[in-house]
Amino acid sequence: MSDNILEMRGITKVFPGVKALENVNLKVKRGEIHAICGENGAGKSTLMKVLSGVYPYGSYDGEIHYEGKECRFTGIHDSEKLGIVIIHQELALVPMLSIAENMFLGNEQAKGGIISWGKTRRRARELLQKVGLREDPDTLITNIGTGKQQLVEIAKALAKDVKLLILDEPTASLSEKDSQALLDLLLEFKTQGMTSIMISHKLNEIKRIADQITVIRDGQSIETMDREHVTEDRIVTSMVGRALENRYPHRSPKIGETMFELRNWSVHHPLHPERQVIKNVNLNVRKGEVVGIAGLMGAGRTELAMSVFGKSYGVNISGEVLLHGKKVDTSTVGKAVKAGLAYATEDRKIYGLNLIDHIKHNVTVANLSGVSNNGVIDDMRELKVANEYRAKTNIRSSSVYQITGNLSGGNQQKVVLSKWLFADPDVLILDEPTRGIDVGAKYEIYTIINKLAADGKAILMISSEMPELLGICDRIYVLNEGRIVGEMNAADASQEKIMRAIVRGEARGEQLEAAQ
Amino acid sequence: MTTDTAKQVSAARASSRDAITANLREYGLIIALIAIMLFFQYMTNGVLFRPVNLTNIVLQNSYIVVMALGMLLVIVAGHIDLSVGSVAGFIGAAAAVLMVDYGFNPFIAALLCIALGAVIGGVQGYFVAYMKIPSFIVTLAGMLVFKGLLLWLLGGRSLGPFPVEFQMLSAGFIPDFIGPWTIVEPALNANGRPNPGTGIVLHATTLIIGLIIVALMLYFALQSRRNRESHGYEAEPFGFFALKNAVIAIIVLFLMYKFASYKGLPNVLIVMGVLIAGFVFLTKRMTFGRRIYAMGGNIKAASLSGIMTERLTFYVFSIMGALAGLAGLIYAARLNQATPKAGVGMELDVIAAVFVGGASAMGGIGEVAGAVIGAFIMGVMNNGMGIMGINIDWQQVIKGLVLLGAVAFDLYNKKKA
Repeated sequence: MSDNILEMRGITKVFPGVKALENVNLKVKRGEIHAICGENGAGKSTLMKVLSGVYPYGSYDGEIHYEGKECRFTGIHDSEKLGIVIIHQELALVPMLSIAENMFLGNEQAKGGIISWGKTRRRARELLQKVGLREDPDTLITNIGTGKQQLVEIAKALAKDVKLLILDEPTASLSEKDSQALLDLLLEFKTQGMTSIMISHKLNEIKRIADQITVIRDGQSIETMDREHVTEDRIVTSMVGRALENRYPHRSPKIGETMFELRNWSVHHPLHPERQVIKNVNLNVRKGEVVGIAGLMGAGRTELAMSVFGKSYGVNISGEVLLHGKKVDTSTVGKAVKAGLAYATEDRKIYGLNLIDHIKHNVTVANLSGVSNNGVIDDMRELKVANEYRAKTNIRSSSVYQITGNLSGGNQQKVVLSKWLFADPDVLILDEPTRGIDVGAKYEIYTIINKLAADGKAILMISSEMPELLGICDRIYVLNEGRIVGEMNAADASQEKIMRAIVRGEARGEQLEAAQ
Repeated sequence: MTTDTAKQVSAARASSRDAITANLREYGLIIALIAIMLFFQYMTNGVLFRPVNLTNIVLQNSYIVVMALGMLLVIVAGHIDLSVGSVAGFIGAAAAVLMVDYGFNPFIAALLCIALGAVIGGVQGYFVAYMKIPSFIVTLAGMLVFKGLLLWLLGGRSLGPFPVEFQMLSAGFIPDFIGPWTIVEPALNANGRPNPGTGIVLHATTLIIGLIIVALMLYFALQSRRNRESHGYEAEPFGFFALKNAVIAIIVLFLMYKFASYKGLPNVLIVMGVLIAGFVFLTKRMTFGRRIYAMGGNIKAASLSGIMTERLTFYVFSIMGALAGLAGLIYAARLNQATPKAGVGMELDVIAAVFVGGASAMGGIGEVAGAVIGAFIMGVMNNGMGIMGINIDWQQVIKGLVLLGAVAFDLYNKKKA
């Protein structure tokens, strides 16, 4: 038997009008962690779907050899039978079922169709221990955080006797701490002889745990590198096909008077109104300035943004929003937009786009009055606008009539940005604008942000990636547990400084709460 | 040619190709309708296309088509309305009480009834939109409530007849202003009256209206094509464009000729035509319609884009209610009485029409033209099977299978694409 557990040879997959994969080759050694990276739309997820049988044999060209035998999967069941388990980026858990029920979904611990709950719980407990999750197996999925849900997914895979574990961007929505724990877990599985394939955008993570790295670009496998020969620069170069000198485009800020101001902003939790989520926040953004909000997961960044934007989050909201020094009413989304505010959400699939409709309709939906007279849409004007923004934000698609659900993450993000650019706001709140998209598309998004600032917009940007905030912001607020615990000019800021502000803020917050 | 312009041209071509594929479904539906009509024309030995029968098909299905327009909005918005049959029955009874028992002016009574329908729809819409109760439950409750109120209002009797003016809504035809054109003199019978079915006497006004419609249609199609081209976008290939419009023009003229050789255009067809045109415009060109699609596609994204989703849902149900009211009037006028059984099961025909017409049960997808064609596909099958003498039991089975088949075929095609 060869030491390759998996070989994919000459995989070609064609969708109507698009060649998603062209002659891709992938060799995975037994017992290694193999990372696959590439730009958004490069074809990584498609390749994994071919491997796991989501796209059945016959719908692609090429061969899959697993454990030395050629495999022709007709569905995900076939691949799971052989121990190939894929964990998708969007977790496939049923929120209102318990951890144990989810873990054995479709794989119930049953005899003759009757579930043995004792065995279910016992095995669930064993597996939870293996992944280091200390939760009662009867806890509902909806009551645990994303990090823990990810661990449940992995436990679920273990329940299926997984030999080859595929993880599609497992840390995309995890906090730093949870990500580290997850990576450690993968390393531990490796010592037990399990093989993993990990799709990731995060180069530091790849460098940390991967034995081999395969780069895919434009549907083709570019190269496979060993960990000894890897540098971040080399991966980036290989991914984008050119050397990316600077990951953040240069900008010379022209900062004007204060444009947007938040005074004594407080918000309470919608379900537990006694809990204050945002505590007396004061901040401002000036014309032409890019201001960042840093903070850990759960610090209240998204809650802050959404509560300002049409009271889309929270109850008992108090405080003032000022635009150009004047108090404005942002109590509904419509009023907020009219006042000159825009909010591009962190979750583009759930809150940002109509995924079953095409680009054109998505771009104009927040500003239909801009393409209509007296409620009647001017087709030609709309088409012109859509094409203009498609070009402006460099959306890669066959035309503006492409369904947004079929676009890659980066291009979907550009559609969301286009939508808000067309609404022509003065203040643009960007919530994790580069989440889950690759280096090349990130650069494009940064360029768009810089251009907006140069055009005199005020930009408030929320991000979990500190290097990104340091790279493109002029000023950074640090938010912790709903409180502003630091403000610094990007020029004097560093990751350590931000972390220190958070830690200090935590200590101070505890003192404050103890004093109350 | 530089590569840049080459790219632009190919992008424009791709965009016109996308636009054509996007419309393929509707062409498929039209072809299916024509095929079904030809099938029954053959199976009924030519009865289906007789002018009197075509007129009948319109009259029999008018109230379904009217409600299908509203139901399309409801379903695109991501909801369902099970109450429309009961509401239509109830409104028909209310109209009878007003006109027959209290002697209201038919016109005023009709307006009051449509307004009442809108209020009923609005109340249900309020519960759906603002109280966030699933529409299935709200309208299921509405279905029971208005079925009950219908029985109460009529007290078990049938109420009629209606004033003649009101009957004209369903039984009347537009007057022939220009006068009949006699092409072939009909044979006279013993009493000196023309024998029905002999000779060709055409309703001139109907024919002229048909010609005007075709002329306007071609004018607007050309105009929009020219508009596209003047903005630098490639329109669909001219051959395709010409063929499509020629086929539609021929169908319209053929139907108009058929109507003209009977009694002319039914009044209710005029009402339907105006409503259909209005709803096509509303869904395709108005911001109001666009917002309904955006809401049905992703309600969270829509509301974060500044769309007042609650108010929009409320309006959609109000429109549905008004149309259910109008349909109730048409139905009552056609029977010339209000009966306790009016409207029973109608909602299912309406919903079936919308789904056969390609709307998605998940919301966000669906076309007015599709719903109308869907209604006529079901209507022609009713009519054709009736003429063939197929029993009502088997008619139901066949209609059910057609609904299932149509949606399955649609999904299969989508998966393949």
